[in-house]
Amino acid sequence: MDTTRVSREYVGVASIRGPLMVVEGTTDVGFDEMVEVLGPQGDRRIGRVLSVSRDAAVVEVFEGTSGLSIPSTAIRFLGRPLTVPVSLEMLGRIFDGLGRPIDGGPEPLAREWRDINGSPINPSARAYPSEFIQTGISTIDGMNTLVRGQKLPIFSASGLQHNTLAAQIASQARIARREEFCIVFAAMGIVRDVATFFQRRFEESGALENSALFLNLAEDPSTERVATPRMALTVAEYLAFQEGKHVLVILTDMTNYCEALREISSAREEVPARRGYPGYLYSDLAAIYERTGRIKGVEGSITQMPILTMPNDDITHPVPDLTGYITEGQIVLSRELGLKNIYPPVDVLPSLSRLMKDGIGEGHTRSDHPDIASQLYAAYARVKEVRSLASIIGEEELTGVDRSYLRFGEEFETRFVRQGTSEDRDINATLDLAWDIVSLLPRSELFRVTEEEIRQRYRVRKPGD
Amino acid sequence: MSTRAGSVEAVDGPVVTVADAEGISMADLVEVGDDRLLGEVIRLEGNRATVQVYENTGGLQPGQLIHSIGGPLSAELGPGIIGNIFDGLQRPLEMIEAKSGAFISRGVAVASLDRKRKWLFRPSVRQGDQVHEGSVLGAVQESELIEQRLLVPARLNNVSSTGLAAQIATVAPGEHGVADAVAGLAVDRKETALLMMQRWPVRRPRPYRKPLLPDVPLITGQRVIDTFFPIAKGGTAAIPGGFGTGKTVTQHQLAKWSDADVVVYIGCGERGNEMTEVLVGFPKLVDPRSGKPLMERTVLIANTSNMPVAAREASIYTGVTLAEYYRDMGYDVALMADSTSRWAEALREIAGRLEELPAEEGFPAYLPSRLAEFYERAGRVVTLGGMNGSVTIVGAVSPPGGDFSEPVTQNTMRFVRCFWALDKALAAARHFPAINWIESYSEYLDYVEEWWSQNVAKDWRRLRDAAMSVLQQENRLQQIVKLVGPDALPDEQRHVLETARILREGFLQQNAMHPIDTYTTPQKQVAMLRVIIRFHERGKDIVARGAPVIRIRELPIIVLLMRMKTDVPNDQLAKIDEIGLALDRQMNELEREYI
Repeated sequence: MDTTRVSREYVGVASIRGPLMVVEGTTDVGFDEMVEVLGPQGDRRIGRVLSVSRDAAVVEVFEGTSGLSIPSTAIRFLGRPLTVPVSLEMLGRIFDGLGRPIDGGPEPLAREWRDINGSPINPSARAYPSEFIQTGISTIDGMNTLVRGQKLPIFSASGLQHNTLAAQIASQARIARREEFCIVFAAMGIVRDVATFFQRRFEESGALENSALFLNLAEDPSTERVATPRMALTVAEYLAFQEGKHVLVILTDMTNYCEALREISSAREEVPARRGYPGYLYSDLAAIYERTGRIKGVEGSITQMPILTMPNDDITHPVPDLTGYITEGQIVLSRELGLKNIYPPVDVLPSLSRLMKDGIGEGHTRSDHPDIASQLYAAYARVKEVRSLASIIGEEELTGVDRSYLRFGEEFETRFVRQGTSEDRDINATLDLAWDIVSLLPRSELFRVTEEEIRQRYRVRKPGD
Repeated sequence: MSTRAGSVEAVDGPVVTVADAEGISMADLVEVGDDRLLGEVIRLEGNRATVQVYENTGGLQPGQLIHSIGGPLSAELGPGIIGNIFDGLQRPLEMIEAKSGAFISRGVAVASLDRKRKWLFRPSVRQGDQVHEGSVLGAVQESELIEQRLLVPARLNNVSSTGLAAQIATVAPGEHGVADAVAGLAVDRKETALLMMQRWPVRRPRPYRKPLLPDVPLITGQRVIDTFFPIAKGGTAAIPGGFGTGKTVTQHQLAKWSDADVVVYIGCGERGNEMTEVLVGFPKLVDPRSGKPLMERTVLIANTSNMPVAAREASIYTGVTLAEYYRDMGYDVALMADSTSRWAEALREIAGRLEELPAEEGFPAYLPSRLAEFYERAGRVVTLGGMNGSVTIVGAVSPPGGDFSEPVTQNTMRFVRCFWALDKALAAARHFPAINWIESYSEYLDYVEEWWSQNVAKDWRRLRDAAMSVLQQENRLQQIVKLVGPDALPDEQRHVLETARILREGFLQQNAMHPIDTYTTPQKQVAMLRVIIRFHERGKDIVARGAPVIRIRELPIIVLLMRMKTDVPNDQLAKIDEIGLALDRQMNELEREYI
């Protein structure tokens, strides 16, 4: 960015509406420029230019506009985009949603300042992600495998244990050579309890000293949320591509982020697309999620795990829907399993990992992995059909094969899906468990595995065996 | 060569208003501001103009200058396209990487075609030859697979099909760069130099002599497509589906295995890693017909979701212009656009910033006409040079919430003739390709029947219709089964369910990762279908004679029917004949018990 531009200060604004202010009589103000706003008590807030014309600029104030008045508000245009200081020293620290330390420590020494918007990774510079990450969770490792450089969100709903799951993944995630991750954690509009929970889990597992936390809580100004994930990802990009770290980024809760975006959009009176969200929601989310991956010839990587809650458990709501179109799969949590008291309540059928195919099998996990995973999917899909049939005609009327599917379904949920909140299953344990449960089905039902694999791993089990 | 054309009045994201605009026309390309960001004029009012900027406008200030660089957004057509990866404005991404590193910075000026590289030109015309628009001047070996034919450029201002006739004045065989002259044309006693490369405005369809009926199928090696819902060369198809239903995998499969000469793959507002997957994977994959790497016939246009939205809007036109250029050389070109919904959203975003009155769901009212213009650029034609060529367009559609009633899906259905509906339930059971056989359709079925009958098998249509009928019956029966269970059905109907299961698992389902299953020749498709239908017809007879359906289900042949897709290689079809013989033996034995 051009650093020669000088900052210009104006006193008094033309109008204030929601998080937006119009400043008139401006000159030499650039689009998307960073702004400092000084309130009547001299309190300093941060904002950015949303649109600009010859004699006026529309400014979005991240911390909200309450307490600001038309004549006395002072605006300083800084002549540069919103930037964040980055350095290794940010690990082990806690910041607010705009990157200011809130753990009582000093400002970390900046190695450099970076534009929080980043720049798109050139597709021809990317390296294709294919290194298996072991999370220790069977439904993920076995059936929705995460690889290094992937963006895999958790689609949850209020009341489900997505936070416990995310914290468990953060503390257990390992790559084959046992390399550990740095964690960049961005909270957007979550309640204080949840933030404290994550902080405590990171402390317990010793991950905190390798983490940078950005916290915008529910009580904090909502418009600030628009900047928080960008701050966090700018730091993550520095750690990954400058310092060669493997970074796991957890963003929660993306639904709150999108609502903040909607709030600003409606204050600007933009034409809405679906459910009042702006038409550029897809592009905006992509600008966040696509800041993930690996780059050729660079050691580090960014793996993203955004968490979002589906309003009214609706997966077709714009936030999960557009997210699913951008991310490389999704882990879907189900209320039905939650009610059965199964943790983690991962519903494998709508879940998916798009990059799984290149990170599993011979040389990555185990040669039988792709086939047994596919067999589990097919069998569990059948379980759902048999269950709905059984609820109509009764279990006794089912054929023998269908009854074996019911037993399979039961064990699949209680042994394979369910595990302890700190139970760390390695990939062999997960796959062996899968074969053990599949063995409840008659051999003739196994069409997705090869004869050879059946010979090696299948052993007939009778009920109660 | 750029001239001052006004100054920035206001900036709102990618939309820039220009004051004191002069000397610019609609659709002209301009450079905006001190960083010289590329943009396109999309509205003129008095001396004010509106420009959509193809790059991030952060830092752009009112008062900065606009420069016109003359003419609309155009593609450079010449050697160096195949095997390359471009952004939506045809800027080569590898050159951008060389200039600005792993992250794309703004205002990077790079030429579309490498000016330094030399190509060996072998002329096929001689001095004094009469030529006209679209005539072949000669050829350049562009890649191992593609010989680029250099053509006399078509004139922009005259789209007549008669064309002008002129005489070749000079010919320059040998090594040239793309900006060098390869021939001279005597027009009105003056000589006009013809360069190795030509330019064409991307929003304007390239002319051809006359259209042909699309009656040759584009063979894709995907059984559910080729056999059940075929697409013709020069046809159009849409693949709509919610996320995770396999649009991209299907598009990749088509790009890999289609029997097109050239493949243009447009990643329009999609994931960066998917483009990387193609870039990494295609050079390693071997074309089943030529034995050469697939990248030798592929060109990629990548404007990923996080790249600027206006360039995403342009990427579709850039891609189809390149496709038409190869069509004009007499090639069959397949174009994959993933995803047209992201392109429509780019239209919506720009329209919203222009404060245009929205039609449905915020989309502009001209969405249907833009979609029509795009799909109408497909077709099988006689080119200006008198050769046969085609552009086939396959567009992915990403309906919000997987709901096909939304505007992009609905308007696309009006203009495409082949509809491959992806189904979330099939995808959840990992049945891929998740093309729903009840909802999908192809209007090319009757057109391509003749080709199948002459080139593959006389009974193709009969087998296909018989299989389709089984699947439709199954669909009806499943609704009863859901209520009362399969055992309540009469045996005849349970046999239909059994055949349908074999069709679904053993034929429709196809594993893109399996070395044999990923591609099935037309011959193998028919052979597989023939034994499955034989199983159905013989079984039906035997059940009618009173045999319980369970006896048929226990036949060991079923496992072979289910596994022939993966176990029988494409070049060993005799094994399917053996399966047919074994089927007859087992059925004969059973039949004897119920005479």
